[in-house]
Amino acid sequence: MVTYIIRRLIWGVFMLAIVSVITFAIFFLVPRLAGATSESLATRYVGRTASAEQVKIAAEKLGFNDPLVVQYGRFAKGIVAGADYDYGPGVERCPAPCFGYSFLTRLPVWPDLLNRLPVTISLALGAAVIWLVAGVATGVVSALRRGSFFDRAAMSIALAGVSLPIFFTGIVSLVVFSYGRPLAFAAPGGSFTPFFDNPAMWAYSLILPWITLAFLYAAGYARLTRSGMLETMNEDYIRTARAKGLTERVVVFKHGLRGALTPILTIFGLDLGLLMGGAVLTESTFSLPGIGKYAIDAIVNQDLPKVMGVTLVAAFFVVVANLVVDLLYAVVDPRVRLT
Amino acid sequence: MSERSELTGGQSFLELKDLRIHFPTDDGVVKSVDGLSFGLERGKTLGIVGESGSGKSVTSLGVLGLHKGTRAKISGEIWLDGEELVSATPEHVRALRGKKMAMIFQDPLSAMHPYYTVGAQIIEAYRIHHKVTKAVARKHAIDMLGRVGIPQPDRRVDSYPHEFSGGMRQRAMIAMALSCDPELLIADEPTTALDVTVQAQILDLMRDLQEEFNSALIIITHDLGVVAELADDILVMYGGKCIEYGSAEDIFERPEHPYSWGLLGSMPRLDRERTERLMPIKGTPPSLINVPDGCAFHPRCAFEGRTEGRARTQVPELLETEGGHLVRCHMTREERRGIWENEIKPNLESA
Repeated sequence: MVTYIIRRLIWGVFMLAIVSVITFAIFFLVPRLAGATSESLATRYVGRTASAEQVKIAAEKLGFNDPLVVQYGRFAKGIVAGADYDYGPGVERCPAPCFGYSFLTRLPVWPDLLNRLPVTISLALGAAVIWLVAGVATGVVSALRRGSFFDRAAMSIALAGVSLPIFFTGIVSLVVFSYGRPLAFAAPGGSFTPFFDNPAMWAYSLILPWITLAFLYAAGYARLTRSGMLETMNEDYIRTARAKGLTERVVVFKHGLRGALTPILTIFGLDLGLLMGGAVLTESTFSLPGIGKYAIDAIVNQDLPKVMGVTLVAAFFVVVANLVVDLLYAVVDPRVRLT
Repeated sequence: MSERSELTGGQSFLELKDLRIHFPTDDGVVKSVDGLSFGLERGKTLGIVGESGSGKSVTSLGVLGLHKGTRAKISGEIWLDGEELVSATPEHVRALRGKKMAMIFQDPLSAMHPYYTVGAQIIEAYRIHHKVTKAVARKHAIDMLGRVGIPQPDRRVDSYPHEFSGGMRQRAMIAMALSCDPELLIADEPTTALDVTVQAQILDLMRDLQEEFNSALIIITHDLGVVAELADDILVMYGGKCIEYGSAEDIFERPEHPYSWGLLGSMPRLDRERTERLMPIKGTPPSLINVPDGCAFHPRCAFEGRTEGRARTQVPELLETEGGHLVRCHMTREERRGIWENEIKPNLESA
């Protein structure tokens, strides 16, 4: 078990290294293949108004003339140990993990990301609770009453849920449930109150984004749960549970759902990990200042260090989620041997 | 007929009267059990024998009330210790399940939940029917595991089913079924999934435990060897109906139904010459949707020609031939006995 965890950890670090290589390649190698020179790369750092001489000096200082391996080494070192930027007049220390400075604001990327992380985590966790409960409950009832009106209605809604884009359902929900309409119970977009400032306001500001995001995911979980339950409820051990004289409720939840839960937990971990890197559409639609919104703004402004930072942080969450899911497997299914 | 009326007279501990379990499907009604009656006393063992799809397992699940609330149409009567179960509420039957009547299933690996320890599953079975603390139930579970011959039960109680061998799993399954001292125990193919050496151990164990608990035992199997070991009475099922019923001696020494002869002829025996072929029953079991007209067995019966065509048109009655031995066949008793003595038995015993 311990050796397995250590091996998986090493593997995770290795994955992150590969991700960093790819990210580096996308941001520094690909532009060169497309014809960019050290000077044109440096232009983005010093601004278009700088003279050719200034750009040349900047390119030299930023190391764009060094071999690529050296450049990657510096990039990786910045993430792991921090970096020193020599601006000429003085040296600026960029502490680890250093993803560089925003072109636009001249601020380091990492503190920015750190500020936005609570928004994204709040959004993802809240929505996850809703979709997990709603999706699994719907799936269980649908499976038990296969072919009933409830089943058909739920599966139709689920189909709509997976098919409709967030920027549609999100805006519809805003129009219907916010902006002082009769049905309004939620805050309009763009507001976020940190949990530790005021939990009630926190929930109030996030309820619509939660529901919108959860709707998308709940649909998939309902279908997954339904098919899993249809399978497990036909297992021999369900018949055994009934033969023991268990009530149907215990048979369904303790024996049936327990058997169907493993794949659901797997997908759940991965989905959550993915969302931690930013729910781009939801955050944009509701103007939530999370990592996804940050990424979109960065891309629109071609603020490459920010984009790079988001990419690496998102990749980090996905790798961690994979690791956690792999370890959870052994917990939920005792037959799994971790070696 | 006196024996038969006594059998169905509502006296026995377990009494089935004209039980029918039909499943409506898109292709027609599947008559899995079609008019089954028998009785069984405490301390006695009944073997129900038949091919796959003859309705054996459906019968046992029906007795436990596990078809209640499904699409199955159930009629007839099931009397257990003076209580009628077909008309009882599902909740009432559920409360009896596991406590008064319990079941052992064929494949203990798939019949036990893979995610819970063996102990947890026994504890669960015990605590449904007994209001005791987990610690007490756990002690009981360890005790039960010890009684079915599992070594180091206090350690094995925390093992998962997949950590047991096949025979140990079946022992654990038996421990689970017996945890509430059921008065009726139904074992559905209890040894089919096991190694031959383990089969004998499990059969021995079941015989010992039955004596100890004095429960009524129904063994469902397609293996005549198993019932030969354990059963007092044997019921041969074919196409959802009983086609022969009698004491184990009746069925093994003087069977009268051509299908029973076929079953005996299909049994590999060490005391037979190697050159002798088995005598399998030709054809396949009947579809339970389109049961053949007349005697359900007639398309496969070698003696169908001796009934002057009645086998094709009339369903034979289940009639007593002698001393509680019932046979469902158009041929006369003398004809059947003649065939058995002169044509079948010499072949089976030729060595």
